[in-house]
Amino acid sequence: MEPIQLIFLGLAALAVVAAFNVILQRNPIYSAIGLIVVLCCLAALFVTLYAQFIAAIQIIVYAGAIMVLFVFVIMLLNVREEESKTDRQKYLKWLAAPLFLALLGEVFAVLKTVGNPSASPNPPGTVESIADKMFTSYLLPFEATSVLILMAIVGAMLLARRNTKEDIERIEEALAAQPIEAPEVPRSADEKKEEVAA
Amino acid sequence: MVPLSWYLALSAVLFTIGVVGVIIQRNVIVLFMCIELMLNAVNVTLVAFSRFLGDTTGQLFVFIVLAVAAAEAAVGLAIIISLFRNRETLNVDEADLLKL
Repeated sequence: MEPIQLIFLGLAALAVVAAFNVILQRNPIYSAIGLIVVLCCLAALFVTLYAQFIAAIQIIVYAGAIMVLFVFVIMLLNVREEESKTDRQKYLKWLAAPLFLALLGEVFAVLKTVGNPSASPNPPGTVESIADKMFTSYLLPFEATSVLILMAIVGAMLLARRNTKEDIERIEEALAAQPIEAPEVPRSADEKKEEVAA
Repeated sequence: MVPLSWYLALSAVLFTIGVVGVIIQRNVIVLFMCIELMLNAVNVTLVAFSRFLGDTTGQLFVFIVLAVAAAEAAVGLAIIISLFRNRETLNVDEADLLKL
């Protein structure tokens, strides 16, 4: 067993244990920490695959921005530990483990048909080699990605803002114009507090 | 040297754990995290094939997938926030009607 294989096995085992943590923990903050551990292990594996730029970008973007966003949202919504509600079908949870193993067995049965290719020359994982392709042959996906990020920014800002007074008036007008009896406009808890205070 | 099938096996295990998490979880934020787990498993496959075929295109693909995952996480969390404001619960089992 070469040392690089031992390193791979250690990192892979840690990643799998942390992934099980993500799905099995009750507190969502612990799940977020498990996912961060998975991301760091995968970044180390990317380094062993001669993709050092992707490893750095994964730490900076995924673990440093996306997971921080997740943790912010969990803290903003004040998510507590999961209370055990009444499960309508209690016996189904015992099916989870055998079916998981069955799915894994099917995936491994397909994996057995993959042969190990002989080692090609290592691809340079540097910034220059990726940029050399990105700005020449793959320029269209790059530009499309920037448009996508712009759409995501605008969409996230629009979706997450609260109903302004004009929005509520417009909704109430539209509901009053209907012939059926209109239900109450769903207001956020903050507006209810404002109404009570006013 | 680590064989290619080992990396593919790790990717398969992580992807399967993500799928099981999406099916099992009732908290919608943890559900999103399991989707990110699946995306990371696919990234491992892409980088492994990029190294074993000697082509940098796989790593470029991973770069684009990372950007798309960031955009999707931002919009998805915004949807979750507005959903939480209207229902006061994060349980996906209770979001079973299209009308509020």
